[in-house]
Amino acid sequence: MSRLTVNGVAIDDTFAEAFGMRATALVITGPNRKWARQAAVSMTGFATSVIGCGCEAAIDVELASSETPDGRPGCRVMIFAVSTDELQKQLQNRVGQCVLTSPGSACFAGMEGPTQLKLGAALRYFGDGWQISKKLGGKHYWRVPVMDGEFVCEATVGMTKEAVGGGNLLLLAGSNDKALAAAEAAVDAIGQVRGAILPFPGGIVRSGSKVGGKYKGMMASTNDAFAPTLRGVTKSELEPGVNAVLEIVIDGETSDAVAAAMRAGIKVVTDLGPEKGALRISAGNYGGKLGKFHYHLKDLLP
Amino acid sequence: MTALTFTLRAQPPERLDLSPLTPQGLAGLDRRAIAAIRIGQSKLGSTVGDNFRISGNDPNQIVFDGGSSRFDGVGAGLAEGAIRVVGDVGAQAGRAMRGGQLTIEGDAGTHAGSCMRGGRLEILGSAGDHLGAPLAGELAGMNGGVLVVRGRAGAFAADRMRRGLIAVLKGCGDHAGSRMIAGTLVVAGGAGEMPGYLMRRGSILLDRAPRSLSPSFVECGAPDSVFATLADRHLIAEGILKRPLLGKAPHRYGGDNAVLGLGEILFPA
Repeated sequence: MSRLTVNGVAIDDTFAEAFGMRATALVITGPNRKWARQAAVSMTGFATSVIGCGCEAAIDVELASSETPDGRPGCRVMIFAVSTDELQKQLQNRVGQCVLTSPGSACFAGMEGPTQLKLGAALRYFGDGWQISKKLGGKHYWRVPVMDGEFVCEATVGMTKEAVGGGNLLLLAGSNDKALAAAEAAVDAIGQVRGAILPFPGGIVRSGSKVGGKYKGMMASTNDAFAPTLRGVTKSELEPGVNAVLEIVIDGETSDAVAAAMRAGIKVVTDLGPEKGALRISAGNYGGKLGKFHYHLKDLLP
Repeated sequence: MTALTFTLRAQPPERLDLSPLTPQGLAGLDRRAIAAIRIGQSKLGSTVGDNFRISGNDPNQIVFDGGSSRFDGVGAGLAEGAIRVVGDVGAQAGRAMRGGQLTIEGDAGTHAGSCMRGGRLEILGSAGDHLGAPLAGELAGMNGGVLVVRGRAGAFAADRMRRGLIAVLKGCGDHAGSRMIAGTLVVAGGAGEMPGYLMRRGSILLDRAPRSLSPSFVECGAPDSVFATLADRHLIAEGILKRPLLGKAPHRYGGDNAVLGLGEILFPA
């Protein structure tokens, strides 16, 4: 595979392969930043991969009081799923169990779109007949009485079918510390890109996968080509000197958001250089036949 | 195109029914046909031309230059476009309007915005009794849209209101929001006796504690209210109020428990 080099960091001539998904976004607010964030973190917990979690979700950006509908601190969270029905189910369960329950929270639509998902329109039944419908300026809210006052929730939220899931970067480094330093830098940089989320823990995956496995029923198994301990015994992608690989997985509201996030990640990792961070940047794909969206690393260089 | 303007020649000799003079009522009519419309409600039966000098040609922008408490039904059934009255109007201004904008720069009589379903009615002066309310025999009052009275409103404002927003900025008479079915009534400047009398659902937002309440209202505490903030911000964003009405944690009374009891009266702590 031919390689380019930017600031001493090798860039593989390969591409990330990503898939079309359904996505929605919420604005979750709370009485202060801590509790707005807590509701958002709980709601987006256990949402790393659609394979095992049903959806992929994370905080997109934190919002200042001046940017939220109720003038309190908040977070915009995004949720991705493979079908509208699954997205509706995940949305309802997660908001019902994690946002409704969080002290002082409120929940608003974070996206407009032609297709609407039920939000408060589904959760209102928790009010057991005491819920109040309110329409203000074209927005429809449900007010559900709870033990600390009222849970206010917008009735519906828009959904997009233009979302993309599975953009990725593989960061190959000489040591675990350096791989983590490069990955953390990429996570921080991509955190500034609106409309793109990193659903894995802290934005980083250490167990990249390939499709299928030797055992029956395994949809995915370890990516042995990038596992350093298997370098001698499998058809490895790793050259001598690479001892740790970490992956950044990106879901975006649009294809452009994914490309912008990958570009931001590549820039910061190449800026960090091979001494402190990654020796090489690669990307994961399935040969290009499964995913509709291909992001070639050479097109995303700084 | 300039606004179609009806300039009042003199104080009308009889009550006038101005409900035909809306954008949809005048679409496609030439000036002669408009002047021939009969609007007088007594045996005089005067026409538009008898009472007004007509100028301009855009029926989507109608202006009444000069008003009178004898102007009844101004903008009734309005569906789109704008009507502006430079002066007072009589009864039933904007009754059953569905859309568009009706602005009355003077005072309005009784039943202004009666049973309106959409659009925006703004009265810069004061309004009479039964603001947004149904006529005798009708089951529901205002059913949508926004009704703003910059001055004072009479008794029974928002009677049997079902949907939408009514804001009265300089106080209103007794029994505001009586028999409300749902919707939102905002009263700054003080409400009269027993606001929310026999209300089933809906919200009455006041800028001060009510002078009196029906005994079937019950005190419901003052927790932090996101809805109060949303309402305050909406009223400011719509240009209805200049500063927040309720604050972060308003007092709440629930009622009227003589009927369904799912309504509320909120006022600042």
